[in-house]
Amino acid sequence: MPEAAVPVALVTGARKGIGRYLAEHLLARGYQVEGCSRGPADWEAEGYRHHELDVADEGAVKALFAEIQKRQGRLDVLVNNAGVASMNHVLLTPDATAARLLGTNFHGTFLMCREAAKVMRRRKYGRIVNVSTIAVPMQLEGESLYAASKGAVETFTRVFAREVADFGITCNIVGPTPIETDLIRNVPKDKIDGILQRLAIKRLGRFEDVANVIDFFVRPESDYVTGQVIYLGGVS
Amino acid sequence: MTDQVDNNSLDRAAVIEIVVAGVREALVLASPEAETTELTEETRLIGAGAVLDSLGLVTAVLEIEQRLADEHDLVVVLADERAMSQKHSPFRSVGALTDYVLRLAAENTHA
Ligand SMILES: NC(=O)c1ccc[n+]([C@@H]2O[C@H](COP(=O)([O-])OP(=O)(O)OC[C@H]3O[C@@H](n4cnc5c(N)ncnc54)[C@H](OP(=O)(O)O)[C@@H]3O)[C@@H](O)[C@H]2O)c1
Repeated sequence: MPEAAVPVALVTGARKGIGRYLAEHLLARGYQVEGCSRGPADWEAEGYRHHELDVADEGAVKALFAEIQKRQGRLDVLVNNAGVASMNHVLLTPDATAARLLGTNFHGTFLMCREAAKVMRRRKYGRIVNVSTIAVPMQLEGESLYAASKGAVETFTRVFAREVADFGITCNIVGPTPIETDLIRNVPKDKIDGILQRLAIKRLGRFEDVANVIDFFVRPESDYVTGQVIYLGGVS
Repeated sequence: MTDQVDNNSLDRAAVIEIVVAGVREALVLASPEAETTELTEETRLIGAGAVLDSLGLVTAVLEIEQRLADEHDLVVVLADERAMSQKHSPFRSVGALTDYVLRLAAENTHA
């Protein structure tokens, strides 16, 4: 079975926003990058391949990993970045919205972790980073379902990290503060400002801040770091 | 794409070979020094008298899934809901697991 000479990373939700930045960042760091999102990517780069799929679709996720295993023969890094948000008072939150948030944010992360670990264990090496949010520890009003879906990701990650430790796989979490992307486009400015005022470091997050934490988690030297959460902006 | 079944090569004997190889791999990983256990269709994989512990079963199942994918282009999740909820677990023995794989493979072709 062929094995790519350079490390291979998979970034979910790489069509735009933080995911696109992370895909380009990992490319610049010498990875072959596989990316996915439901829609086609409107950007291209040497060494990048986009897959159109929903992270919550088990069949599509299985097929993706079978294909990566066949073509690349390895997977070193997975960043579970694909995510959707919905800001709403809980009494005005439709049932379908709850299903959608849990589907993409939690169920998608679970499926990706499960299938990635199967590929990674073959080489007894893997680095998985899941993406949460400061909405979890800050218990932000209006984000109950979003925060709960990410809270589920955090608990899942802690247990999963223990279960895959024997396979040489680590799994950690980065929890960003608000970053200007489409995800928070519809959140009123005064709400964002209110959140920033509660941070230790009172500014919007940047793509680079997320990439920096991910760089730390995925370094080979971080093999003794797993099941951890790093929130940005001084939130704890 | 990848989930097409190469029917011709997937007969019962081929599947038993894969199941045994997967279990063997799990046993070797668990204790590389141990003497080789004889594996037959009756070999129990879980419960009393099982040759594998819980981590060993995980390894065996993953090894079997991977061999099916690599050698027969058959992409299946063995630990599906049906398997996990059956009164007679398909993981109980080498023979039972072989039958379960063949059943999933047949469903896969008709899907
Ligand atoms: N921006 C922030 O302020 C902030 C703060 C904290 C945490 N986060 C987290 O950071 C991550 C990225 O957010 P972002 O701000 O970059 O959002 P974004 O700009 O809205 O991008 C989301 C990405 O995920 C993809 N996606 C959504 N649902 C998907 C699904 N079911 N399957 C596959 N791909 C899917 C989207 O592409 P398609 O539409 O093509 O599927 C898109 O590429 C999310 O997990 C979010 O919760 C963001």
